[in-house]
Amino acid sequence: MAGKTLYDKLWDDHVVHTEDDGSCLIYIDRQLLHEVTSPQAFEGLRLSGRKPWRIARNLAVADHNIPTTDRAKGIADPVSRLQVETLESNCKEFGITEFHMSDIRQGIVHVVGPEQGATLPGMTVVCGDSHTSTHGASAALAFGIGTSEVEHALATQCLVQKKAKNMLIKVNGKAGPGVTAKDIVLAIIGQIGTAGGTGYTIEFGGEAIRELSMEGRMTVCNMAIEAGARAGLIACDEKTIEFYRDRPYAPKGDDWNMAVRYWEKLHSDPDAKFDKVIEFDAAAIKPQVSWGTSPEMVLPVDASVPDPARETDPVKRQSIERALQYMGLKAGQKITDIKLDKVFIGSCTNSRIEDLRAAAAVIKGRKKADSVKQVLIVPGSGLIKQQAEAEGLDKIFTAANFEWREPGCSMCLAMNADRLEAGEHCASTSNRNFEGRQGYGGRTHLVSPAMAAAAAIAGHFVNVAEDAS
Amino acid sequence: MRAFTTLTALVAPLDRANVDTDAIIPKQFLKSIRRAGFGPYLFDEWRYLDRGEPDMDCANRPLNKDFVLNQPQYHGAQILLTRENFGCGSSREHAPWALEDYGFRAVIAPSFADIFFNNCFKNGILPIVLPAETVDRLFREMADGYQLTIDLQSQTITTPAGQQIGFDVDENRRYRLLNGLDDIALSLQHADKIKAYETERAKRAPWLFQDA
Ligand code: SF4
Repeated sequence: MAGKTLYDKLWDDHVVHTEDDGSCLIYIDRQLLHEVTSPQAFEGLRLSGRKPWRIARNLAVADHNIPTTDRAKGIADPVSRLQVETLESNCKEFGITEFHMSDIRQGIVHVVGPEQGATLPGMTVVCGDSHTSTHGASAALAFGIGTSEVEHALATQCLVQKKAKNMLIKVNGKAGPGVTAKDIVLAIIGQIGTAGGTGYTIEFGGEAIRELSMEGRMTVCNMAIEAGARAGLIACDEKTIEFYRDRPYAPKGDDWNMAVRYWEKLHSDPDAKFDKVIEFDAAAIKPQVSWGTSPEMVLPVDASVPDPARETDPVKRQSIERALQYMGLKAGQKITDIKLDKVFIGSCTNSRIEDLRAAAAVIKGRKKADSVKQVLIVPGSGLIKQQAEAEGLDKIFTAANFEWREPGCSMCLAMNADRLEAGEHCASTSNRNFEGRQGYGGRTHLVSPAMAAAAAIAGHFVNVAEDAS
Repeated sequence: MRAFTTLTALVAPLDRANVDTDAIIPKQFLKSIRRAGFGPYLFDEWRYLDRGEPDMDCANRPLNKDFVLNQPQYHGAQILLTRENFGCGSSREHAPWALEDYGFRAVIAPSFADIFFNNCFKNGILPIVLPAETVDRLFREMADGYQLTIDLQSQTITTPAGQQIGFDVDENRRYRLLNGLDDIALSLQHADKIKAYETERAKRAPWLFQDA
């Protein structure tokens, strides 16, 4: 019998029941809840008189609508406030633990989960948010779900799922200086496209992935969804286990030892069969910048914006033309000539301590360019904010005239007050550059934290790899 | 979820093709935190002359008198007769919620958009696909007080003249609608298996089962 992939192992470990048509009832070990996709799920429970199956397997935190400025003032927008208050009252009613806006543990749901040890290796993790794939970095099977599935998981601790196919993306060799997890995953998406992983669970492997810190691995899995895969995975190793030691919700004592013995098996067997394998050479990857309105519209920083006239496929030509028009860019324009109006460092992709350190490291006593109107630094959680302040990073940022904010999703999706004005170009460490994502008419360029900080100083994109080498 | 067995009810004709979910329930209602109470906003932009907002009181809003649901002879209709590709556009589940809340139990059309079609079954609504000619004939037959009888058990529609029209439904979906089983109820039929799984897994991974 052929060996199993990591995905096969996680799947097999959670099957409760298999239907004739092959769909399975899958057990869910952890559900994370936030204010946008949970209200109707709770209302559904109430309407049908149902109770959560296992209350303690749910953990809630408000993040999407939360203000990143002075929290004491509350939330000004009535719709945002209502969603946040509704989460609070629902959690109270059903007895679910929630980290409040004033709690140091509050933050972006996908940052909080691993930070608290609430999402662990070997778990199935769901959340009503597509970037749940982030948690796959810890060898957990994690995927985003819709509101009716949130209700289903609350009521049954299970979901009905069909198994996806297995894909391995192997990033061989070592990444060069200045090339981060974000650049690796953007380069992957640039090559395989936003539908490249559709129908698959992607396991990321190879030397360059193993070399990444846990934070970096989370950045990679976070964007698996942008490659079309609902779930991304990375095998468990020493780094994974060390990351979870002493986390508040992680097992302790004998349980810890038992857990570690189980976690150590969470990797694909050497003879496992993948439906598809794609290989990359890490040394060939340069810092990436997205130029268009889809994450696959991405290029190395030293490249030039594509010229639609040179594209032979009429559908692709048209989409390049439309993207250039929306983004206000000229065909053939150098990426390093793109001027920025705003810079956003944050989101569940890049708001962890390592990201903030990387951003601070490129500043070197310099200040933001006068032409850049605003630079927002939004840590992923209250604990990250505290850690950064203990390291003095906040001082480095504010000395550079960057704004140091409270944790939340912020300008990643502009549901709170942080947003772009029409026509503004933003270097952003988030994950989606769709039209209007960061505000109506806003123009998003996806980059790594170091690239974003360097662009804030220069006023345009610069190649941080040249500085680094 | 309400079971669907037989239904004899008034028919409302919505003579348009490609009715999208934004027409069924406009996007501003997605900001709502509710899942019930969308009935008054069903087809909001067609039904009213002003712009609807979540939680608005609809009692005094200016009505579009020409819209079919505002015509007195269709008040109380529970069956919607419409044209092809009903429910296209965004996948919002608010669309079947709004139809159900308004009182519709069945929609008859030559074709439906995929996700909408699935979502209907999850919310106690029976979407019936009939050949375009048959739908055409039903539109022509429509008269004041026109009622149809839908029998899901025998998969037939009976017209006022006594004519019977058969229709197809996936067996699994028919069973669920007949018994009023939503997705959750269906999964809860396996409650014993879920508990057995938990007992067995708790031995392998006790750290996941210390709920206290
Ligand atoms: S940071 Fe952005 S992508 Fe992540 S959960 Fe928040 S809104 Fe979604």
